Amino acid sequence: MSAITDPPKGGFQFSQLIYDTRYRSMTIQIVALVLFLLGVFWLLNNAAQNLAALGKPLGFSFLGEAAGYDINQKLIEYNNQMSHGRAALVGVLNTLLVAVLGCFLATMLGVIIGVLRLSSNWIVARIMTVYIEAFRNVPVLLWIVLMMAIFIENLPTPKAFRGDNATASMWFWDTVAFTNRGFYLPKPDFLSGSMVVVIVFLLSIVGVFVFRRWSRKRQEATGEILPNFWISLGILVIPTLLVYFVMGRPIGLESPELKGFNFKGGIYMRNSLIALTLALALYTAAFIAEIVRAGIMAINKGQSEAAFALGLRPNRTMNLIILPQALRVIIPPLISNYLNLTKNSSLAIAVGYMDITGTLGGITLNQTGREMECLLILMAIYLAISLTISTIMNWYNESVKLRER
Amino acid sequence: MSDIGYVRTEMLPEQAPPNATSGPIKWIQDNLFNGVLNSILTVLSIVFLYYVLSIVLPWIWNGSWTAGSLKECREVIAAAAGDHAGGHGHGAACWAVIRERYLQLIYGFYPSELYWRPNLAFIGMLVALLPILFSNLPRKMLWFSACYPFLAFWLLWGGSIFVPLGIMVGFVLGYAWMQVLGKRFGSIVGVIAAILAPVLWWGLAVGPIDTALSGMVANSRMDTVPAKLEREIEAMTSINLQEEENGLPKTQTFTLDAKKAQLNAFNNLPILPAKVEAAEAALSEGVAQGVTGEDLEKLEAAVSNAKNELALTKRTAGRIGLIPVESAKFGGFMLSIIIGVTGIVLSLPLGILLALGRQTNLFIVKSLCVGFIEFIRGVPLITLLFVASTLLNYFLPPGTTFDIILRVVIMVTLFAAAYMAETIRGGLAALPTGQYEAADALGLDYWKATRLIIMPQALKISIPGIVSNFIGLFKDSVLVSIIGLMDPIGLTNNIRADANWNGIVWELYGFIALLFFIACFSMSRYSMYLERKLKTGH
Repeated sequence: MSAITDPPKGGFQFSQLIYDTRYRSMTIQIVALVLFLLGVFWLLNNAAQNLAALGKPLGFSFLGEAAGYDINQKLIEYNNQMSHGRAALVGVLNTLLVAVLGCFLATMLGVIIGVLRLSSNWIVARIMTVYIEAFRNVPVLLWIVLMMAIFIENLPTPKAFRGDNATASMWFWDTVAFTNRGFYLPKPDFLSGSMVVVIVFLLSIVGVFVFRRWSRKRQEATGEILPNFWISLGILVIPTLLVYFVMGRPIGLESPELKGFNFKGGIYMRNSLIALTLALALYTAAFIAEIVRAGIMAINKGQSEAAFALGLRPNRTMNLIILPQALRVIIPPLISNYLNLTKNSSLAIAVGYMDITGTLGGITLNQTGREMECLLILMAIYLAISLTISTIMNWYNESVKLRER
Repeated sequence: MSDIGYVRTEMLPEQAPPNATSGPIKWIQDNLFNGVLNSILTVLSIVFLYYVLSIVLPWIWNGSWTAGSLKECREVIAAAAGDHAGGHGHGAACWAVIRERYLQLIYGFYPSELYWRPNLAFIGMLVALLPILFSNLPRKMLWFSACYPFLAFWLLWGGSIFVPLGIMVGFVLGYAWMQVLGKRFGSIVGVIAAILAPVLWWGLAVGPIDTALSGMVANSRMDTVPAKLEREIEAMTSINLQEEENGLPKTQTFTLDAKKAQLNAFNNLPILPAKVEAAEAALSEGVAQGVTGEDLEKLEAAVSNAKNELALTKRTAGRIGLIPVESAKFGGFMLSIIIGVTGIVLSLPLGILLALGRQTNLFIVKSLCVGFIEFIRGVPLITLLFVASTLLNYFLPPGTTFDIILRVVIMVTLFAAAYMAETIRGGLAALPTGQYEAADALGLDYWKATRLIIMPQALKISIPGIVSNFIGLFKDSVLVSIIGLMDPIGLTNNIRADANWNGIVWELYGFIALLFFIACFSMSRYSMYLERKLKTGH
C-alpha cells in the first residue's frame, strides 16, 4: 500500500513536472507567469518602438505646461494659464462633484420609487414600474443627451427675463433663475459675526450627538423613551436661530441679478452639470429602486408580525427590525451601482461637461498628443476612485453584516 | 327521522355578492382608495398622468409624416393646428425625418443595394441562436451555429471567400493540434500548441494563400470576365442616367464603383509584375552600388509597395466572393448589434476561464485573473474605447494597423469578459460543495469535472446575470459614438448636420429610445422565461 504514496524511486525525472501532482501546479503557474511576462514585454516593447518612431518618448513633463484652455465649471481657482495638471485636478473635482450629487440623488429617488413600487396603490405601483422599465432599458448616454436637449430647448434664455414684458420669470421670490444656459442659485453672503452663528450651529450638531447618547443610556437604565427626533431637531435649530437673530442676521443671500444679457452673482450651475447629474441619478435610481424592492421583499413577513406582537410601533418596527435586515441585502448591489454611476459620469464628454475625461482625456490629450500618458493617468484616477468607494462601502457593509456564530 | 321538516332538500340559487365586496367598485376601493394617503396618491397620479399624456399623446398623434424638411414640417403642423395654437408648429412631432432616415438609423451608410447582406446575416443569427436557446431542436443545427460567425463576417464585410475559410481552417488546425499533441505530450503542451498554431496560420498563411488563389483565378478569367464587366458597367451607367433624368435617387452606385475597380484591376494586372521586377532590379542595383541609409530604405519601400499593389490587384481582380464594404460605412443599429453580439459571444469563453482562474488555488494564476478583473471593472468603458481608438495600435508591431471596429470589439470583449467572469463566479460560488466533492469522488480530473458537472450547473444559475450583462453591453455599444463611429446616437448628429433637418431633436431620440427599449425589454423578459424553465428546484 505504501507504494502509492511513496515518491517514485530512481530520483527526479523531468516528466514528473507534468505528471506528478506535487509539481504540476508549480509548473502550470510558472508557465503562466512566463507567458504573461513575455506577453507584457512584447506589448511594452512594441509600444516603446512605436513611440520612439513617432518621436514622443514616455514622459509626464507636459503636465506642468500651460493648458491654454478654459474650464467653465470649476470648484477651485483655475485659468487657462495654469498647467495641464491643474486642469486635470479641476476635472477630478468635477467628476467627484457629479458622483457625489448623483449618488445622493439616486439613493433618495431610488428608495422612494422602490417603496412606492411595493405600494398597495395600483396606479402608483404601475407608474413606478413603467418608470423603472423605461429607464433601465434605454442607454444612459441617450438619457444624458436627451436631458441636455430638454434643458436647451425648453428653458427660457436669459434674454427672456429682460424688459417689462418678460416671457420668463425667476422662481422662489426672485432668487432662482432657470435658464437654458444653466441654473442661477442664491449664494450665502457671510457678513461680520457670521462665524458665531456657524460655530453655534456646529456646537448644536455636537449637542445632538451628546443628547442621543445620553438618551440611549437613560433608556437602557429606565426603559423610558424620549421623543428623540423632536428634541434633536430642537437642539439643532433653536440655538442657531436665536444667535442668528441676536447677531442681527449676519448671513444673507446674494441673489443672482440680471445685468445686461446674462445673470450675475449667486451660484451658477451649468446646464451640462445639471443635465448630467439628473440623467445619471434618474437612470441609477431605476436600478436602486429594484434593489430596494428586492431588499424589502427578502424580509420574511414573520419578522414584522413578530415585531408587532412584541408591541413595537410601525416606525420602530421599520427602524429596528426591517431596515437593519433589509440593508444587509441592499448594500452590496448598492455599492456596485454607486461605482457604475461614478464610471458613467465619464459620459460627461457627450454634453461638454469638463470632468476628468473631458479635461485630461479630452482637450489635454488632443492638444499634447500624449495618448499613452493621459490614458494611463485617467485610468489610474478612475481605478483609485472606484477602489476608494468600494473600500469605504465594504467597510460599512461589514458593520451591518449578519454576525453568525 | 323523516319528520324533520325544516331541513331544506334543494339548494337555493347562488346570489350575486353585495356590490361593496366584489366587482370593480370593490377593486377600486381596495387598490386605489384604501386610506387617506393612498387616496391622495391616486388623485396626484391621475393628475400627473393626465398632464403628461395630454402633452405627449397629441404630440405623437398629430405629427406630420410627409414633409421634406423641418421647416416644411413646422408649417404643415402649424396649418393643421390652426391659428389659435400659436402657429409655431412645435406642438406636434415631425415624423417625416424618421420616414426619410430610418434606413440610415438601422444600417448606417451601408450601401443600400447591399442591404440584403446584413439582413441575411441577421436572419442567420436568429437561426444560429435557435438551437442554443431551445434545447428541443435537432442538435445538428449546432453545426450551422459553429459556422455562422465566419458566414456573418463574410456577408457583412464581403471580400474573398478564402479569408473566412482560412480563419475557419485555423480553428480546425488548433483543435487538431490540441488533440494530437495533447495526447502525446500532455494537456499544457496541447493548449499552447492550440493557441500558437492558428495564430501563426492566420498571420502568415491566410493572406498569401488568398492572394495566390485569387491570382490564379484572375489569370484564368482574363479572357471572359473583363468583357462581361464592361457590359455590366455600361448597363448600370445607363440605368443611373435614367434615374437621374427622372429625378430619382441613384441606385447601385456602390456596386458600379466596385465593378469599375475590378475592371481597372484586370487592366492593371498584366502591367504590374513588370513594375515589381523594375523595383527589385533597382534595389539590387542599389545594393551593388553600396547605397545605405535612407536611400536604401526608400528602395526597399518601393519594392514592398509594388508587391502590395500587385497583391491587392490580384485579390480585386480574381475575387471569388462579395463586394467588400469597409468599416467606415457600418453604422446604426446594425453596428450596435454587431458590437454587442460579438462582444458577448467572445467574452463568454474568456469570462469562464477568468472565473475559473479566480476560483483556483494556484496563487499566480489567481492573482493575474483578479488583477485583470478588478482593473477592467474599475475603469469606465469609455476610457477603454479611447484606448481602442488611439492607443491599441501602439502595442502592436510597428506598421500594423487594423480595423477600428475590430479594435473596438477587442476592447469591448475584454470589458465584457471581466463582468462575465464575476457573474459566472457567482454561479460557481452558489454551487454546493457536495457537487465538487462528488465529481472528485467519481475520479474525474479537473477539466472533466468542470466540463461535465460544475459548468452546466454554474452557467444555469448565472443565466439571468449573463443576459443582463448582454443587455448592458448592447446599451453600452452606443458609447462608440464618442470615438466617432456612426452608431444611432452618432447618426443623430449626422442627420442634424443636414440643412433640412437642422434642429430636430425629440423625434430622433424618441425613435432610438423606442428601438432600444423594445430590444432590451424583450431580452429581459426572455431571460425571466428561461429562468423559470430551467428551474429544477421546488
